[in-house]
Formats: sequence, C-alpha cells, structure tokens
Amino acid sequence: MARMKFLCDAERCIECNGCVTACKNENEVPWGVNRRRVVTINDGVIGAEKSISVACMHCSDAPCMAVCPVDCFYRTDDGVVLHDKDLCIGCGYCFYACPFGAPQFPQAGAFGLRGKMDKCTFCAGGPEADRSEAEFKKYGRNRLSEGKLPACAEMCSTKALLGGDGDVISDIYRERVARRGNKGAEAWGWGSAYGQPPKAATSAPAGGKS
Amino acid sequence: MGRVLLLVAAIGIAGCMEVEQANSGRQSGQSVKRDTPAWNSEPLANGPTWKQGDRGSWEEQIKKRQLVQNESVRIGN
Repeated sequence: MARMKFLCDAERCIECNGCVTACKNENEVPWGVNRRRVVTINDGVIGAEKSISVACMHCSDAPCMAVCPVDCFYRTDDGVVLHDKDLCIGCGYCFYACPFGAPQFPQAGAFGLRGKMDKCTFCAGGPEADRSEAEFKKYGRNRLSEGKLPACAEMCSTKALLGGDGDVISDIYRERVARRGNKGAEAWGWGSAYGQPPKAATSAPAGGKS
Repeated sequence: MGRVLLLVAAIGIAGCMEVEQANSGRQSGQSVKRDTPAWNSEPLANGPTWKQGDRGSWEEQIKKRQLVQNESVRIGN
C-alpha cells in the first residue's frame, strides 16, 4: 500500500527553483501563493551552503489536521493530506501548526482579508470530481489520477527532490547516501513529518535534577 | 451630512470585505466530501496505463515511475 511522501536531498539541491516553477505552472497557482519554495541556509558560505525544497510534507500525523476548527482536512487512501476549500474558513490555525510553513493564504479582499487556505496537494487535486474543471480551479491538476507523480519531483533536474511511496524513495535515498560515503544521511524534515524511528532505551543520567 | 458619509463608508467597507462562502452542494451536517481514489480514474490515452479501479495495477505502474527517479538504476550505473 503506497504512502506518498516527499524527501529532499540537501546535498543535491542546487536552488534552481525548477520545482517551484513546475508547481506554479502545473497548478496555475495564483500570484502571492507559494505551494513550494526553496530555502537556503548559510547562503554564500563556501562549503556550508545548503538548499532544500519545502512544501506540504503530507505528514503521517498532520498537525494541521489536528488543529483545524472546521475539520476540513482529510487523508486519501494513499496517504496524501488534502483539504476541502468549501469548508475552510481561512482562520490560519493550520499555518501556525505546520512545522514547514506549508499553508498559504491568498489575499481575498481589502485590509489583508485572508482567503481560503491553499497548499501542495501532491498533485492529487481535491474532493471535487477527478480531473474536473472545478477541481483544477480550486486545487490544481490531479496528476495522481493520470498515473503520474507530482510535477515538482518529476521536473527536478538533479533528482534532489524525490516524491512517491515512502518505502521506494527512502530506498533510493539510502542507496544514494551509501554510494557517496554516508554524506547527507540526515533527510531534512523526514523525522518531523513521518516520525523518528524508535531509539534504543538509554539509562537516565544519575544525580540529575528531579 | 456627517451621518450620511458615515453610512456610505460603512456600506463601502462591507462591500470590500465579504467574499463568497457558499458550500457548493454540501448538505448541513455532512462531513468532508469523499474523494475518488486515483486508481478509479480512466487512464489517459498515451499516458501511463493501469486497469481502471484496480489499486494494485495503479500502484505497480506508479512504482515504476518512482524508480525512474533513481538515476543509478535508470542509466545502468
């Protein structure tokens, strides 16, 4: 059973913003809304600069889903976290809950009035009929129903951004890390989104404060 | 005069603020609409193929597509 996830390889991302452009183009995302973006740390520092492509990670235990007051989120059978824009009230709770800053809010009127939340759909559309005009208008293209993967991952020129079933992409990543001598073994965001593997029990340090 | 201006301003501001909040076709008390699984869609002509409604065949073809992301396998390195 496929559980769709994203994984970004910071050792490979070259900050080309191809994923951002692919997403914008594929889903006709309006101006001011960035479903995907590239974050760079230590910009310009030789050897320390790292970039990572960030969007909704479709978390296993999604905090946005937990805090939504109108319960507009749902998870598809293949693990993609989606929401119903007909129910969303644009309150912004999900934005505060999300560790990745994924929820976006288009300006919908004067005085900074927020519109309904918009986020990455893993190119899986929304609750409207698959490939319908209504679905495209509200959520963008439904590539999964066409048997394809998200445009961002498929367009990534260095294959830094991997999208697909968690087991498959983690195997690809593991093999890649082994080939390059364990460099970049830490997959950024993976633990926050999909949980950490259980650590071996360690004994508590003696003499600590109670 | 002042009261008229205040009234006009209030109406104007109200016009700016409201956006359509209608729940298209939703019955009251109904939870989130049921989404159709991807494998229930008909495969596109000239696109990836699977047996419509068969989850296994959809997953199989999308797995092949996922493995294309592994360039060491793709280019036979």
